[in-house]
Amino acid sequence: MCGIVGLFAKSPEIEERLGEHLGAMLVQMSSRGPDSAGVAIYRDPAPSGSSKLTLYSADPHERWGAVRDGLCDAFAVCAEPAVRASHAVFVIDADASDADRWVRDHRPDLRVMSAGRVIEIYKDTGLPEEFSRAFQLEDFKGTHALGHTRMATESRVTTEGSHPFSTGYDLCLVHNGSLSNHNRLRESLRREGVEFQTENDTEVAAGYLAWRLREGASLERALEGCLDDLDGFYTFAVGTADGFAVLRDPIACKPAVLAETDDWVAMSSEWRAIAVLPGATDAAAWEPEPGVVYAWEKTLV
Amino acid sequence: MAVAEREHAAVEVVDLATTSLRDLNRRLHELAETPGPSHWRIVNPSGAHAVACGLDADVEVEIDGHVGYYCAGMNKLATVRVHGNASTGIAENLMSGRVEVDGNVSQSAGATGRGGLLVVRGNASSRCGISMKGIDIVVGGSVGHMSAFMAQTGCLVVCGDAGEALGDSIYEARLYVRGSVASLGADCVEKELTDEHTARVRGLLDAAGIDADPADFRRYGSARRLYNFHIDNAGAY
Repeated sequence: MCGIVGLFAKSPEIEERLGEHLGAMLVQMSSRGPDSAGVAIYRDPAPSGSSKLTLYSADPHERWGAVRDGLCDAFAVCAEPAVRASHAVFVIDADASDADRWVRDHRPDLRVMSAGRVIEIYKDTGLPEEFSRAFQLEDFKGTHALGHTRMATESRVTTEGSHPFSTGYDLCLVHNGSLSNHNRLRESLRREGVEFQTENDTEVAAGYLAWRLREGASLERALEGCLDDLDGFYTFAVGTADGFAVLRDPIACKPAVLAETDDWVAMSSEWRAIAVLPGATDAAAWEPEPGVVYAWEKTLV
Repeated sequence: MAVAEREHAAVEVVDLATTSLRDLNRRLHELAETPGPSHWRIVNPSGAHAVACGLDADVEVEIDGHVGYYCAGMNKLATVRVHGNASTGIAENLMSGRVEVDGNVSQSAGATGRGGLLVVRGNASSRCGISMKGIDIVVGGSVGHMSAFMAQTGCLVVCGDAGEALGDSIYEARLYVRGSVASLGADCVEKELTDEHTARVRGLLDAAGIDADPADFRRYGSARRLYNFHIDNAGAY
């Protein structure tokens, strides 16, 4: 089943309370996905030339200071990490690719949840409400965010198997549905140099988008490619550094609703999650057409 | 004034922000056995599922706001009006009575309905009237793909356009579309709109309170080529 939500702020008031609104939306989707929850939040861009990594450790006593020391040795400057539950966000004076590579090489026990300049990804097993509390979602300000509540069907219930998935810098994908050609597609993407960390079908869709974008496609074109190359059921919500997009497969069995006011654009699997937003009663609301890409962009500050 | 006040007092208002859905539906179900208020107003539905589902009494239920899945499903006798949008499966398996939606509805509206009337003033998305078995559905706007799939009997009137594969594998339901049809499904063909049909469309439009000229509609139905195995179709399986 799974529930997905997305919120794109159009006003400073929504940006101020982005995390609080996202948390409320996520909790509404508990019945669609009680196994795990996760969010991708676009906030606080790292300075030009720097990057931001979200790392996850399975060790509840992880010594994040030691990770920082290692990064400082490798890249000269690295600020104190912002630790939330099992995750820590590092801002590093290096390209995202170099920082990402360093963690994979030197700390293979850690998992890079996201890398880029703007994105932060947090995810864990458990009910959305517990997740929202543990990661203090209400603290987050930001420009846009995606969330996912998971009811696992094709792979194990783990933190790593939770959504959102990010396989490209500042790119993430949440998915309601299931893909049937993910094994073959994963192999062909691996040959193109895309790296995967799990056996999850959604990670393949994220990898596919990352590959298309890397090859020069726009987000819209990359998503249109999904219609030809992905086999299965899906409603996707995709986040990039400066925007978000929604796509449903042509059969459109998986639900989706979009709504927009002067202050926000929101998408969700069900209206319940949008009903908690301010001004939802008067929002323009519609069901996205099958096989049509809907995208919003904003100027990156 | 006194009359208006009395009428107002007769409306039973239930706020779903403070009352549980289970309590609301239990009270509505009790009307099948025990007489109670004949006019209900439900506020703050906030997309809840199964609102006013399974009613079996001649009452009127108004819902102010958007509802989730299966609103007014399995309804008998009651009139349910949604002043908002409805999600998947509005009036699913409608038995009798009337369900009206002011806004748009999601997929599978009126699915498997056995009788009664469903009126959607906005658009309906995919699979509207899927496997309908006697329900009449009038849509003021357009319907999405695979509408009236395996539709058995009853009428689907679409004042706007129809999406891909209209009436795929249709049995004896009657489809009337005023606008364009993206494509017809297997065994669905256009048929002549005779006087009998314009009269039927007029009756349904009147019942739905929609102003349109029945002569503007085109009729679609079963070519009846899939009823029996035909060797020429073997390649299609």
